Amino acid sequence: MKTKLLSFWRMVRRLSGDDAYEQYLKHYAETHASIEDNPEALPPLLSREDFFKQWQDGKWTGVKRCC
Amino acid sequence: MHKHIKNIAWLIVALLGASAVSGIALNRGESINALWFITAAVCVFAIAYRFYATWIAVKVLVIDETRATPAERLDNGRDFIPTNKWVVFGHHFAAIAGPGPLVGPTLAAQFGYLPGTLWILVGAVLGGAVQDMVTLFFSTRRNGRSLGQMARDEIGPIGGAAALIGTFMIMIILIAVLGLVVVNAMKHSPWATSTVAATIPIAMIVGFYMRNLRPGRVLEASALGVILLLLAVVIGGWVDHHEGLRVLFDHEGLPLAWGIIAYGFAAAVMPVWLLLAPRDYLSTFMKLGTVILLAIAIVILRPEVQMPALTQFTDGTGPIFGGKLFPFVFITIACGAISGFHALIASGTTPKLLANERDIRMIGYGGMLLESFVAIMAMIAATVLEPGIFFAINSPAGVVGASAVDAVAKINSWGYAVTVEQMNQLAKDMGESTLFARTGGAPSLAVGMASIFGSAFGKSMLALWYHFAIMFEAIFILTTLDAGTRVGRFMLQDMLGNIWPKLGQTSWMPSVIFTSALVVAGWGYFLYIGVIDPNGGVNILWPLFGIANQMLAAIALCVATGILIKSGKLKYAWITGLPLVWLVVITTTAAWQKIFSTDIRVGFFAAANDLTEKLASGVLSAEKAAVAPQLIFNQQLDAYLTMFFILVLWVVLMDMVRVTYYYLADKQLLPSTESPHEPSRLVEDWVRD
Repeated sequence: MKTKLLSFWRMVRRLSGDDAYEQYLKHYAETHASIEDNPEALPPLLSREDFFKQWQDGKWTGVKRCC
Repeated sequence: MHKHIKNIAWLIVALLGASAVSGIALNRGESINALWFITAAVCVFAIAYRFYATWIAVKVLVIDETRATPAERLDNGRDFIPTNKWVVFGHHFAAIAGPGPLVGPTLAAQFGYLPGTLWILVGAVLGGAVQDMVTLFFSTRRNGRSLGQMARDEIGPIGGAAALIGTFMIMIILIAVLGLVVVNAMKHSPWATSTVAATIPIAMIVGFYMRNLRPGRVLEASALGVILLLLAVVIGGWVDHHEGLRVLFDHEGLPLAWGIIAYGFAAAVMPVWLLLAPRDYLSTFMKLGTVILLAIAIVILRPEVQMPALTQFTDGTGPIFGGKLFPFVFITIACGAISGFHALIASGTTPKLLANERDIRMIGYGGMLLESFVAIMAMIAATVLEPGIFFAINSPAGVVGASAVDAVAKINSWGYAVTVEQMNQLAKDMGESTLFARTGGAPSLAVGMASIFGSAFGKSMLALWYHFAIMFEAIFILTTLDAGTRVGRFMLQDMLGNIWPKLGQTSWMPSVIFTSALVVAGWGYFLYIGVIDPNGGVNILWPLFGIANQMLAAIALCVATGILIKSGKLKYAWITGLPLVWLVVITTTAAWQKIFSTDIRVGFFAAANDLTEKLASGVLSAEKAAVAPQLIFNQQLDAYLTMFFILVLWVVLMDMVRVTYYYLADKQLLPSTESPHEPSRLVEDWVRD
């Protein structure tokens, strides 16, 4: 039961974008590991605030809602 | 053994569905329980999903689980991200489901419950869901390209331009008609107006919270917003009873329309984080919550449907909008059965999140089925009302007369019982001053929802439920209005950028203000005309929107059919070809009638000529004569717009036919832009954590 509730909560967070920054950190770490020999190729890590700003602005360009 | 049990279970679902559908279709004279509608929808959708959608996925599209999706190949942690299928489903559904499936079925209920319900079921299963799924598949195979790009790459430049212009025009008309729906819900209702007004500062508080106070804490901020919204509904009731405050929010339609226009402009110019993004979170949560609540209430309450299966208005004399059952029921219910707009979401946005091609069936086909289910519930909410009450709320004053006595007499003459006292009592219960001639569908849907909620969860709070329902509709209508104005602005900047590159810069403020003002002026004009029209405006604007939306659906189906044929699947091309033919037939018939009909309630030119004659002979009252020139101009404009839509549709269709002919004659075609096969490296449990 507890694991079900936990996975439901994870789903809600993922759906709403509440964990977007954690996902970004994870993706960043993975990419970082894969290009270790050339660290300059990776853009600097964003703070939570800056990341959220970019994420939110990106989310709203283009057709995102319809009738 | 196991296989047999499965087969038997599906056979039971099929039998149950068949009996529910035939029960709905053949029932005459007695009332029928709403649960039959739910049963019919669930069974029909389950069977279509299990068999038809699977067959399309396996045999027609040949979905390849081992093929890497654009999300995997181009993963950048931002817009291309391989995502769990339930999460993609949630995003996709939130994006496609707007106010359309709520308004359309409510208006179409004037024909009775049967035509709309059957069209929602059949249209979704064979048309809308197929369109969404196939578009999603083709876009996924093309790195998430948009519908317009696919049309240009695969069919030719004409198709691409048509899709772009079509989308822009739909946006303008959609926003106008939705604005009109909100205005009609707020007219002379201090409670509704103050609650809807309160949603603006609430959205800003939420926006500020998630941007500055606690960056990125989307759920905390949304929870705060939802609580504030519910409070706003309660406080609205208090405002309504406060003599000094109530006059501040008690307005005619016209000032409210100007308010919406000013708001729309401000929202398009302001940064997204302040208004649009937070409002979208709130509207998504309210939408999900209310739809689930409504489904639960219908199952608990099992209300009887009061509307007859068919009314006499199938002959085209209906008070809500003029025009016969064929083709207008298919135009009125666009979203909920098939909606061209979905093709814009299914191409471009959703494919970039897809972790595996096998999720396409659930997200594309399943997402549309869920939206259709919302449409079925809207149909139930409209038809559980006494037909007399339904027509009293939805008939414009121009048709039934401005006074309550006239309206009631007219509606009684149609054979639907309703009294002035009954309507007054209902208005009092709902906390409104009157419910006569509240066109647009929102108030009658709110009355329907309030009576369902009230009966299921306590009758004492009818007025609260009513205004909760109005707030719920208004909040996502305004979200569509914000988002649509913004999209329109981007499109216009894109187009104007070809003439003067500086106008194309989305961050250059003078261009932002100029293009936003143009877009707002576009829909503001139609909204203004709708408000001053004594027939309510919805009867003109909604069919126009329906024709435009079905035109876009036909373009999407043209693109899909063209790609199917080009990829050597001619024998399967009917899966999109059949709904395409049907859409061409209904859209062309509807457009023909809207242009050439001599019935002044159907034909735009007929109405314009009739009004011109009346104006010249001086039979109009001073009040009506004052607005007549504008109404005449608008009717003519609408006729030319309809001509334009239908022309665009036929041009794209002919282009698709040309592609087919070239294919059959072995002539040179544009090459397919499908990206080459790359094996997927994603392990199942890695994506689905």
